[in-house]
Amino acid sequence: MDRVRVISKGPFFFGLIFLVLIFLATIPLYVQPYLVILLTSIFMYIIITVSWAIFSGPTRYISLASAAFFGVGVYTSAILGKAFPLSIVVIAGGLVSFVVAIFIGLLTLRLRGMYFIIFTFSISELIRNFLLWWETNMTGTVGRWVVIVDHMTVYYVVLVIFMMALLTAYLIKRSRFGLALRSIGEYEEAATHIGINATVVKTIAFAISAFFMGAAGAIMATKWTYIDPRIAFDPLLSFMPVLMAIFGGTGQLYGPVFGAAIFAYLEEILTTKFPYYYMLLFGSILIIVILFLPHGMVGLVQKWRKGGLKRQNANT
Amino acid sequence: MRILEGEKVTKHFGGLAAVHHVDFAINQGEVAGLIGPNGAGKTTLFNLISGSLPATAGEIRYKGEKITGLKPHQICKMGVARTFQSAKLFAGLTVLENVLAASLFGTKRAISVPDAEKEATELLKFVELSTVGAILAKDLPIANRKRLEVARALATKPDLLMFDEVMAGLNPTEVPQAMELITKIRSKGITIFMIEHVMKAIMSVCDRIIVLHHGSKIAEGTPEEIATSKTVVEVYLGE
Amino acid sequence: MFVTILDIVIGGLIMGGIYALIAVGLSLQYGVGRVLNVSHGEFIMIGAFATWSLYTLLGVSPLLSLVICGPVLFIIGFLIHRTLFQYLRDKSESIGAFADSSLLASFGLLFIIQNVALLIWKADIRGYSYLSSSVSILGAIFAANRLVALLFAVVISLVFYIFLTRTRLGKAIRAAAEDPPTAQVMGVNIHRVLAICFGLGALMAGFAGPLISMIYEIQPTMGLEYTIISIIVVVLGGLGSITGSLIGGFILGLIGSIVTYFDPGLSLIAYYVIFILLLLIRPTGIFGK
Repeated sequence: MDRVRVISKGPFFFGLIFLVLIFLATIPLYVQPYLVILLTSIFMYIIITVSWAIFSGPTRYISLASAAFFGVGVYTSAILGKAFPLSIVVIAGGLVSFVVAIFIGLLTLRLRGMYFIIFTFSISELIRNFLLWWETNMTGTVGRWVVIVDHMTVYYVVLVIFMMALLTAYLIKRSRFGLALRSIGEYEEAATHIGINATVVKTIAFAISAFFMGAAGAIMATKWTYIDPRIAFDPLLSFMPVLMAIFGGTGQLYGPVFGAAIFAYLEEILTTKFPYYYMLLFGSILIIVILFLPHGMVGLVQKWRKGGLKRQNANT
Repeated sequence: MRILEGEKVTKHFGGLAAVHHVDFAINQGEVAGLIGPNGAGKTTLFNLISGSLPATAGEIRYKGEKITGLKPHQICKMGVARTFQSAKLFAGLTVLENVLAASLFGTKRAISVPDAEKEATELLKFVELSTVGAILAKDLPIANRKRLEVARALATKPDLLMFDEVMAGLNPTEVPQAMELITKIRSKGITIFMIEHVMKAIMSVCDRIIVLHHGSKIAEGTPEEIATSKTVVEVYLGE
Repeated sequence: MFVTILDIVIGGLIMGGIYALIAVGLSLQYGVGRVLNVSHGEFIMIGAFATWSLYTLLGVSPLLSLVICGPVLFIIGFLIHRTLFQYLRDKSESIGAFADSSLLASFGLLFIIQNVALLIWKADIRGYSYLSSSVSILGAIFAANRLVALLFAVVISLVFYIFLTRTRLGKAIRAAAEDPPTAQVMGVNIHRVLAICFGLGALMAGFAGPLISMIYEIQPTMGLEYTIISIIVVVLGGLGSITGSLIGGFILGLIGSIVTYFDPGLSLIAYYVIFILLLLIRPTGIFGK
């Protein structure tokens, strides 16, 4: 057991991460643009999933509001993009989502379980449908054009957001704030009785997770160049992080990252190679995963680790 | 000094009065007991005091300050802690983490993580759980779960500690150990208010006992007075 | 003026009747089976499209299709629960874990069923004309098919209500909904009851689909909206209350009809707003405990 721990936390581990980051940062220089764009998409999914897991992982409040926060970022970008530089736009996208999340959080975080899930979904859908109606009836034009940004810049911005989201998730996990979140997820009533202000803690975590989703939305808008409420607030964006996080397994940091990476890559392949069948395959994979991998990939890894130790001990 | 007092405390659930116009007072430093048949409203009263439930009417004061209407985390920070009938532990966290969380958040003063860890470790020693610090709370046997809840409650540095049937589910050897723990806690100067069904324990450890029945207080006094009270005996025999 | 009001009211009842049916279906699946079946709308869609195919290809009356689709979907729903959801239930460590995994499994079903429909019927909007002659009631004019749909919806709801309150199986179901462990001790075969409930939910979808296809144009992507409406009605009526779902359906239908009178595009938005307000102010709904 101790040996495995050392490998996880020592300088070796951080060195590895550093190398991976250097690799990711230099990829665009020697690889086809198509691959860069693909990677950008994959990172977008990872960001949304990791951000989602910042709040929903420890607290076990399954949020289906990801589309709302992402979409708010998209629209912020569309509205501000012509007047402000990219970095401001991306941060603004994050901040607006942050504020929206605080508002929504204070409203709804007293709802639990299924009610919370459907409430968050309803908020997303309400915003989507309302904007669609507004644009159809009030402004006459549905959708907006967004300032174009070249794919290399988009990639690097997405990479930066990804690193920051991951870093934030890591820091929170190891902090007392993370412990408070997990306590709330384990037994909220007991958590309030040991002095944790659950409402404030949940709202802040919810808002932090929304920030990264908003920032991601803001930059992805520039990649798509044309956006409308159906694209920006696509409900699939709310379902995906849940599926990816569960596929990858919550509890460990790498779970959502790998889950999202594999899922996103799978989605890319399926939509391009089997455009008529991809939902079918997707749904089937989902069901198979739930049936046989209830703890996601993390569960699989942990089982493998325990098995490895058994073999180790058997040999001594 | 009265550390806790309640005036006409009432709680209605729909049409049912779970607690009805209960007046009570707990003095600082004493061990007070709360007994009554099942459904008498004891846990409900605790829930009203700790802030889990809002009171329908009446007022509860802690150290002279009104606490009815405050949220549980605020009441906890003021110095009131409690355990639950079915130990509400953080099952997926380790034993140490359970107490650590309480050390970090249970008081108004800021505390560093290393200091909180030290405190938590001390408390685990106090309740004799030092050896299982790294085990997940869900893997503990019942007697240790109770000890863990006690340690967690103590970590919030309470002046008033409320036990809700802390002895329930303990076997005959574990009950005296629990009583010993209560005495140890009392000697630290902490006031104790306990709900209990194990009569032997209540009678030997409490200075005063309050009796509830159908949500109302029907008797109050020393253990001898309660044991000889006709009303109380009838209520218990009649059940 | 009166005619307009009558128009709105009856229009609302027609829609409400369908909402009531689908909400009762979802309520059984969630209230008893504890499965929030997000693929409920897909079952409705299948019922609608099967009816369309049967009518346009074989000339089978939608009302006959209704009698076919209902039971067929019941069997399919029963089998799906017996295999997939039963397995998940047995393997889940806690109620919460089962809620999560069953929710995800039903998402999987959603994707699969919708894709299958898209493969068979393509993405186009379909419709057909059946019993479209006009009927006049007190001055307001309605297509006959709408009135027939309303009639069927009301009749089915009543029959079902009687089934739940008067028959042994119905009482067993309600007992299982209230208190599963006790029901089991009393001899109720919980596993079978749960599967039947899930099947009954699909039955309702199998009835609603054909009725919807008679009145509206249909699309393979129509399912999600109906699922959402079912959820809203179930919460509005109160989780666990079948009566609530029935009445809630009619209430929502009426509201939808009123809003549609002013601006058709706003009805779904109105539903969401009501839903959100409901969750904030009175999550237990009208009849909920």
